[in-house]
Amino acid sequence: MDVAIIKYNAGNIRSVDHALKRLGVSAEITDDPDRIKAAERVIFPGVGEAVSTMAYLRERELDKLIAGLTQPVLGICLGQQLMCQWSEEGDTSCIGIFDQPVKQFPAHELKVPHMGWNSLDRLSGELFPESLLGSYVYFVHSYYVPECEDSAAVCNYIVPFSAAMQKGNFYATQFHPEKSGGPGQEILSNFLKL
Amino acid sequence: MLAKRIIPCLDIRNGMTVKGINFENVVDVGDPVELGAKYAQEGADELVYLDITATHEGRKLFADLVGRIAEHLNIPFTVGGGINHVSDAGILLSAGADKVSINSSAVRDPDLLDRIAGGFGNQFVVVAIDAQFKDEKWTVFVNGGRIPTDKELFSWAHEAQERGAGEILFTSMNHDGTKDGYACEALKTLSEKLSIPVIASGGAGKEDHFVEVFQEGKADAALAASIFHYNEIPIPELKSYLKQNHINIR
Repeated sequence: MDVAIIKYNAGNIRSVDHALKRLGVSAEITDDPDRIKAAERVIFPGVGEAVSTMAYLRERELDKLIAGLTQPVLGICLGQQLMCQWSEEGDTSCIGIFDQPVKQFPAHELKVPHMGWNSLDRLSGELFPESLLGSYVYFVHSYYVPECEDSAAVCNYIVPFSAAMQKGNFYATQFHPEKSGGPGQEILSNFLKL
Repeated sequence: MLAKRIIPCLDIRNGMTVKGINFENVVDVGDPVELGAKYAQEGADELVYLDITATHEGRKLFADLVGRIAEHLNIPFTVGGGINHVSDAGILLSAGADKVSINSSAVRDPDLLDRIAGGFGNQFVVVAIDAQFKDEKWTVFVNGGRIPTDKELFSWAHEAQERGAGEILFTSMNHDGTKDGYACEALKTLSEKLSIPVIASGGAGKEDHFVEVFQEGKADAALAASIFHYNEIPIPELKSYLKQNHINIR
């Protein structure tokens, strides 16, 4: 299968590539618009910060390119957040695939960032069969998308938030499937099987 | 609910996992990738790899090793040892590390934390602190617990948080190696003073110590080495024991 991982100024993109290799798929890490458009699957990963990442994507017009893709697209972590309308992180206007805001976790006795393994609830869509209900996956984030009509999985930490989202051909996870052991591998595999 | 994490720690010398006490009588115990994969399979939530190599060649081997670990492991891992510059951290990030652990170099050059966190994000930075309780205070040590500093545990941990640490890994030198349990009282104070997660290290000897460190010590994660390496407490048994004691674990 022809999978493109969108290359940009974010950390640890390679771990997604490694996870796909463990599933027997060799992906290409690229920012070439033609290669991205032609791929059967596109993964938009991300560890980083909203302002500089959006600036980087806009400069290369990757924001418009991503919004116009018609094959299955999977955003991960910051990827999910940037696929929303707007982020409280630096008051940043984002790509706008999901008509949702990205908010900062409020001050609370629970620690921020939300870091570690937490469980999935209220599952829907092809990536999240009922067998994954209650599965633990790995999160690292300080901003979140509230639970909404696009939520494909919900996690509860300080507030209930979108652990995963889906709208048409666009899929996204706030957690890192590439670092989430067996359940993570299953979710990635489900994305490849779409 | 967010799960408490169990973190085996592997010491690496010249690209191999080693066991030893205070860097003495060190013996090779095998391939770090295989051992790490075994722990991950058994239910470890994260792994820490510490490079105890002092040579330039060893460092190169370690970076190569980090790349191999990243290829094989499907859980997060932290690497530490000898990170003195932003570029050292950058090499490990490129090799596939999820986090770096910084200890002595942060004490000597606290601004290093601002630079690494600024460049790669707070989530990438774990600040490891070795401290000893003596004369009614916790003194921070550097160089593997050999050299005392003028820093005090709680104020240094707070400064590290303000400078961009995403987590604090606290080793009590009074408890390390004793197998008498973690420094729960100090951990509780630390956890309550900080807004970032705290990883407890030093003193694990039996399953109850993990219950204590989570319930009384308020730790977010517990790290141990020898009890896992010598299979004194297999991870699956530890996890089911914690579950029985109503600790939320994966």
